[in-house]
Amino acid sequence: MSGHSTYRPQSRFMQWFESRLPIGGLVHSSFVAYPTPRNLNYWWTFGGILSFMLAVQIATGVVLVMHYTPTAAQAFDSIEHIMRDVNYGWLLRYLHANGGSMFFLAVYIHMFRGLYYGSYKAPREVLWILGVIIFLLMMVTAFMGYVLPWGQMSFWAATVITNLFSAIPLFGKGVTEWLWGAYAVDQPTLLRFFSLHYLLPFMIVGVVILHIWALHVAGQNNPTGIDVKADKDTLPFTPYATIKDSFILVCFLILLAWFVFYIPNYLGHSDNYIPANPLQTPPHIVPEWYFLPYYAILRAIPSKLGGVFALFASIAVLAFLPWLDTSKVRSARYRPLFRQFFWILVISCIGLGYLGSQPPEGGFVIAARIFTAYYFLFFLVILPLLGLIEKPRPLPTSISEAVLKKPAAAGHKA
Amino acid sequence: MSGARMHRMLFAAALAALVLGAPHAASAQEAMAKPERQYWSFWGPLGTFDRGQLQRGFKVYREVCAACHGMKLVAFRSLAQPGGPGFTEPQAKTVAAEYQITDGPNDRGEMFQRPGRLSDYILSPDPNEQAARARFNGALPPDLSVIAKARSYETGFPRFIFDAFTQYQEGGVDYIYAYLNGYADPPPNLKVGEGQFYNRYFPGHLTAMRPPLQKDQVEYPDGSPQTPEQYSKDVTAFLMWAAEPHLEARKRIGFQVMIFLLVFAGLMFFVKRRVWSAAH
Repeated sequence: MSGHSTYRPQSRFMQWFESRLPIGGLVHSSFVAYPTPRNLNYWWTFGGILSFMLAVQIATGVVLVMHYTPTAAQAFDSIEHIMRDVNYGWLLRYLHANGGSMFFLAVYIHMFRGLYYGSYKAPREVLWILGVIIFLLMMVTAFMGYVLPWGQMSFWAATVITNLFSAIPLFGKGVTEWLWGAYAVDQPTLLRFFSLHYLLPFMIVGVVILHIWALHVAGQNNPTGIDVKADKDTLPFTPYATIKDSFILVCFLILLAWFVFYIPNYLGHSDNYIPANPLQTPPHIVPEWYFLPYYAILRAIPSKLGGVFALFASIAVLAFLPWLDTSKVRSARYRPLFRQFFWILVISCIGLGYLGSQPPEGGFVIAARIFTAYYFLFFLVILPLLGLIEKPRPLPTSISEAVLKKPAAAGHKA
Repeated sequence: MSGARMHRMLFAAALAALVLGAPHAASAQEAMAKPERQYWSFWGPLGTFDRGQLQRGFKVYREVCAACHGMKLVAFRSLAQPGGPGFTEPQAKTVAAEYQITDGPNDRGEMFQRPGRLSDYILSPDPNEQAARARFNGALPPDLSVIAKARSYETGFPRFIFDAFTQYQEGGVDYIYAYLNGYADPPPNLKVGEGQFYNRYFPGHLTAMRPPLQKDQVEYPDGSPQTPEQYSKDVTAFLMWAAEPHLEARKRIGFQVMIFLLVFAGLMFFVKRRVWSAAH
């Protein structure tokens, strides 16, 4: 999507077509000739995986909708109808449910990769912020999708999350009832969540296109974090990146298939096979695993408004990351201190995930507060200061130098 | 303070909090006994249902559980579908015909009773929730269609991680089996009300279901032991099939998909190496 294409169609028809709509050139320059840094490691393959997973989610979702009934009285039974009577309905539904989980797994790896290698720094700030927007849209979409089966967890997750807005001073009650379309989570809530759950993925597609566009303007970052300087620093997207991305995608599909075919309910909660009952609160209301860290942050703060604020701030802070990190060096490879703090952040996030699944009492709350504090300290204090005090290790002069030096020491690699 | 020292301190504090927090977690859950893990024929990548067990389990359901519990998502036709108990269609028809279904209105505008057909569902014996509650001291016997997936127990850390690798999806059936065999004398300090029964596995311990299975209660034509343990094992397996009627197809297709993907990934790996060999 950047630069002038060298694409010259062979056939007369394609020459005729190309002079009217140069889509062949667009594809060629974006996915064939597009130069990729030659030292990209496998952490760079998750963008491709995510694009594929988005397509899987939309494809399975569109078919699921053909058999689903978005009413409070029939939603639960219509899901079971899909599981029992629709041809391969069980496969569609388990693919969609576990596909959502794998989507989040991939996006978390993708984000941590960006964080580790400083992919958010100039000139990729807009690229990063578009990513944060995609992540936010994904969260909203996933949350609304979880409500649609109208099981106990669906209903009570919807109740808990929509009630967060009631913490807003003055307008809280009004905003919450506006979201519900009723005086509690009810039929109107289910219908609007259904509508938005169908709409938002296409908005994600739109932002993904912008994300890829911005990527192809700025070019990919790479494990050294230094800029591409010469042609020998890069390899054409096809065949190099295409084949590598395809290989890792098949590996990722093995993971997805393991969940879909063998442990399809492992990541779900058994309470969601109980039809929604507004009169009976489950003993522990827990969100899907990929929201657990945020749930832990929410509950770590002793005030409701404070918890809601921390929850939203934990995502919003990501958008400011390009300016919070003051270091000129991108890659953590050359930032010895940053690297340590980064791994503590990873541990904190996993720890928060575990704590989110536990009852908010005793030591769990204390631990959640420590991890939450670290999460914000990392972004708001450590990152800005680190750039000023850290002594980065010497950078290689070029990507090709970094690559060509390595095989001698580490043998044949990727 | 250097960054490294600060991080070590934070880490130590976090660890201490985790360790101190652990006893709280234990005390919150010690009240409930943990179900023992049973062997189930449908476990694992090649798992299948035992037809004889499903047929026996259906008999137990029909003669015992069905007095209070419906299975409104399970159609009689599914009893004869592949991957299920393996009844023939005439057998399933006979089972369906034993039920009286309210149908209508007819052309005189009246509801009427007729024998069940294959397309009917295994409905609750009570006409509505209120009638059921009136019959059981206010308690509602849950529908059993997906109960095997709607129940579970806390496996805890780190076991839940291993469970992903050992394909443990039998938390529901292990719980139900334990529950059906979990009736015991209540501890002396516990007050058990009327219509309540002490069960070691039920959350809160007081269940409204009386111990349902007694020795020789259901006749097994195939000579299987007529014990509460065998009854509960069989009916639980039947409930798993009812909750996941396509389980066998899922695992069979899954195995084929896995082999395909593994071979595909292997080929891709070598193609990738070949393509990249020129670059490095």
